[in-house]
Amino acid sequence: MNEAGRERLDVRIDDADRQGLTGTAPATLYRPIRDPEQVTIAPDWRPMEEQPAWRADFPIDWPQDQYVERRDFMKFMVLTSLAFTVGQFWIAAENWWRRQRGDAEMTRLAGVDDLAVGETRTFTYPTEHDPCVLVRTGDRSFVAYNQKCTHLSCAVLPRVAEGLIRCPCHEGLFDLASGRPVAGPPRRPLSRVLLEFRGGQIYATGVEERTA
Amino acid sequence: MTARRPFTRAQRATIVNGMLAFVVMLVVLQLWLLTATMNAYLGGDHSVIVPAAVASVVCLLLNVGLLRYLYHIERTRQ
Repeated sequence: MNEAGRERLDVRIDDADRQGLTGTAPATLYRPIRDPEQVTIAPDWRPMEEQPAWRADFPIDWPQDQYVERRDFMKFMVLTSLAFTVGQFWIAAENWWRRQRGDAEMTRLAGVDDLAVGETRTFTYPTEHDPCVLVRTGDRSFVAYNQKCTHLSCAVLPRVAEGLIRCPCHEGLFDLASGRPVAGPPRRPLSRVLLEFRGGQIYATGVEERTA
Repeated sequence: MTARRPFTRAQRATIVNGMLAFVVMLVVLQLWLLTATMNAYLGGDHSVIVPAAVASVVCLLLNVGLLRYLYHIERTRQ
């Protein structure tokens, strides 16, 4: 406190405003000159209430700086929360659009005799953006799967002799008979293409997606 | 009746820390919801999509409410 701000002491003892042991100090002597929490002092020495708003967002004392950064981090987290909610609705919208498209149409893939045992053939189903692979695993058994790996959508390759389907990107392995993951990072089975046999022809009739 | 005293800066910092912890927990919950829903959707299980979206909206509303309270104590600060 500078000398100009200090009031002159009143030497009279019987004053109502007097405090302290001796009764000689005026009450205003102990009054804080500014908020003790407010460590920030602006360059022009004026109180923070008179400073422009931007100065409050760029404090120069640590407690205020930490308060501001936590406050801004909280705002960012709420924005992230909004993004996650939008993501949820995006999934719901995708599901709605997919239902509007309806079921996949029956499509002829090949003749039963077109593939030898152990032979494979690629095709797209139900749209041209869905690559699939048809495998003849025995005399009377065929399997067909979507060719996108359930890990990161790399193209999987059948290894008929080993009874496996392999993803070369991250060494994921699927069981050829069931399409379930047996090794590597994939956790979901491959989508299975449902097959139907009519008059020696193989038809795709739908896609079965599975979580386990 | 006396007017309510505004929070001191130390009190505001404590409140913001508490709210931030709560918001982070809700956002982690939303992240889990999103990944679980995506996994279920890609696996053909469409039954969880709407409940998960509703739960995510509830989390967002809680977060927005906390943010509004933060703005409120900002306005009434000393």
